[in-house]
Amino acid sequence: MSDGREVHGNQWYGPQPNVAGAAGYPDAPPRMGFFTDTSVCIGCKACEVACKEWNAVPEDGLELTGMSYDNTQGLGADTWRHVAFVEQRKPFGGQEPGVRHEDTDVFAAAARLGTDAASPGPGATAPPPGHAPEGAPAGRISPLSPDGRTELRWLMASDVCKHCTHAACLDVCPTGALFRTEFGTVVVQEDVCNGCGYCVPACPYGVIDQREDDGRVWKCTLCYDRLGAGMEPACAKACPTDSIQFGPLDELRERARGRVAQLHAAGVTDARLYGEDPRDGVGGDGAFFLLLDEPEVYGLPPDPVVTTRDLPDMWRHAALAAATLVGLAVGGFVGRSRRA
Amino acid sequence: MSGPDGTRRGAGDERPGREAPTGAYAGRRRRRRGRGEQPMVPDASFSSYYGRPVLNKPTWKALDIAGYLYLGGLAGASSLLAAGGQLTGRPGLAAPAKLGAAGAISLSLAALVHDLGRPARFLNMLRVFKPTSPMSVGSWILVGYAPLTVAAAATEVAGRYRLVGSAATVAAAVLGPAVATYTAVLLSDTAVPSWHEGYRRLPFVFAGSAATAASGLALVAAPTAQAGPARRMALLGAALELGAFQLMKRGMGLPAEPFDQGRPRVLLRASEALTVAGAGLALLSGRRRDRRVAMAAGAALLTGSAALRFGVFHAGVASAEDPRYTVVPQRERLTRRAG
Repeated sequence: MSDGREVHGNQWYGPQPNVAGAAGYPDAPPRMGFFTDTSVCIGCKACEVACKEWNAVPEDGLELTGMSYDNTQGLGADTWRHVAFVEQRKPFGGQEPGVRHEDTDVFAAAARLGTDAASPGPGATAPPPGHAPEGAPAGRISPLSPDGRTELRWLMASDVCKHCTHAACLDVCPTGALFRTEFGTVVVQEDVCNGCGYCVPACPYGVIDQREDDGRVWKCTLCYDRLGAGMEPACAKACPTDSIQFGPLDELRERARGRVAQLHAAGVTDARLYGEDPRDGVGGDGAFFLLLDEPEVYGLPPDPVVTTRDLPDMWRHAALAAATLVGLAVGGFVGRSRRA
Repeated sequence: MSGPDGTRRGAGDERPGREAPTGAYAGRRRRRRGRGEQPMVPDASFSSYYGRPVLNKPTWKALDIAGYLYLGGLAGASSLLAAGGQLTGRPGLAAPAKLGAAGAISLSLAALVHDLGRPARFLNMLRVFKPTSPMSVGSWILVGYAPLTVAAAATEVAGRYRLVGSAATVAAAVLGPAVATYTAVLLSDTAVPSWHEGYRRLPFVFAGSAATAASGLALVAAPTAQAGPARRMALLGAALELGAFQLMKRGMGLPAEPFDQGRPRVLLRASEALTVAGAGLALLSGRRRDRRVAMAAGAALLTGSAALRFGVFHAGVASAEDPRYTVVPQRERLTRRAG
């Protein structure tokens, strides 16, 4: 394990309040990011579609996974936003989901369809009263039994590149194709990338990947082109519930803390932030989340660490090993008799 | 297959099915394939997203990259034997070592370029120098090292420009150990659990493996009378490789498991057997002065070193494909920090 000792912050690890400045931008705009509040995500996948449309990300197969409504499966070269669907046997907690209708007799209301002023008028698709469709039970609709399904909850979360403060993909890129923008985000220059693939296993979140027929790597750019024109990224623009919020990271963090407090007060004790802490293993994420369960339930690593944290130590050990190899060779030549 | 909730419960099906669990430890226990081996760490339950991996697995092709790890080691350590052979007056040892180093590193470069998604852009590797990228550092090392080995081999074959050849041989021996060991950093500097967690020992494993490969080549090609240093290096290298590997596995916790499962297990067991056998035969070939024994020893050592590199490569890929190796150690770390 690599955490047996106290790791002091170095250039590649620890809090970094001025990411763009450290990357060489003297007068950088505020660091921009995403706050994805999964408690209001409705799983509509508008973010996935908007991202694909705006960034001209190619189609990558229409596959039915059979595991949930999630047929996108995960982030990759051709998926820069991914909506996770988690179905759990767990009560809502103290949360008021707003889906209870004890006070309303929906069946009585349905029986009145077309007969009173409150019901749909001409053009409504409901059959006129007294003309029930063939095979339908006459006069009333039988309610479904609840079948114990009140204990079920859906978690939906739109995942994206985290635009880490200390981005392993950027650190290990040998060509300089990956770079830090003035907004503090991490972007691949497609005219430079030679498809070495080093960033793919370096990413602790499994975000960036190689496009097979293209050879280069691709990931979310936080819509660098739109940011430059003062627009918000396509996914945030398309999100109908503001589950995806875009803005200066400082503001988003403050807003997120308020939202967690609000949810806790409402009895949703599961609510927690993920990736907002600048003291975490990647120095905090530029795109962070409000989750309603442990990160791994959503397919996120619970405690990611930028691999470059240990790189100075790795080089030291490699140097020692190289010296050892020289030692072996010397041992081979000076050992025993000269004539052997 | 389908339970009342539509939950999959297939035999051996590790996916939680449609009904995802709640919380950090709600996952189902995995059964361990027991062969009377003691588990290195207790079984741990964990949650995941339908059993899907957290990481994107390496896109590197095994033949190219594991092959490069092997050939790079072979070349780097061969350069040491070449310089040693030259300085101690063993031309029969130096010549095949020089040719081996040049050939292995040339094949390495071809494999590295072939593995690129855009091979035509291989020169972009020299666009920047980044100490944070082991691949960048390695590219620059190779740019210095490969021409030196080629110069050493060419002058050896031509029999001219001896002074230039000697200088190139010695310079290649200076860079050779770096070529042989930096590849461990290349693997370790990733989020792949079975590569990263062993970063303190892996360079020593690779150094030992490089020594056995190079001495294997020398045993095959050099006359027995001059192969003494290679025989001793084979023994030392085998000891380092096997010892460091055991230490590495002991120190890395759960991510050590993929080394003992499936294809990596077969490769690594074969590597152990071949390396031990090769070292033994090398010893015997010194006693008996028998060229055929030396050649058998060399072949075993060369194959053993290759099997080790492929085993380590595949174990890493396997550890990236299973969320367990990512989630469980991180979750344990969080628990320790909280408690």
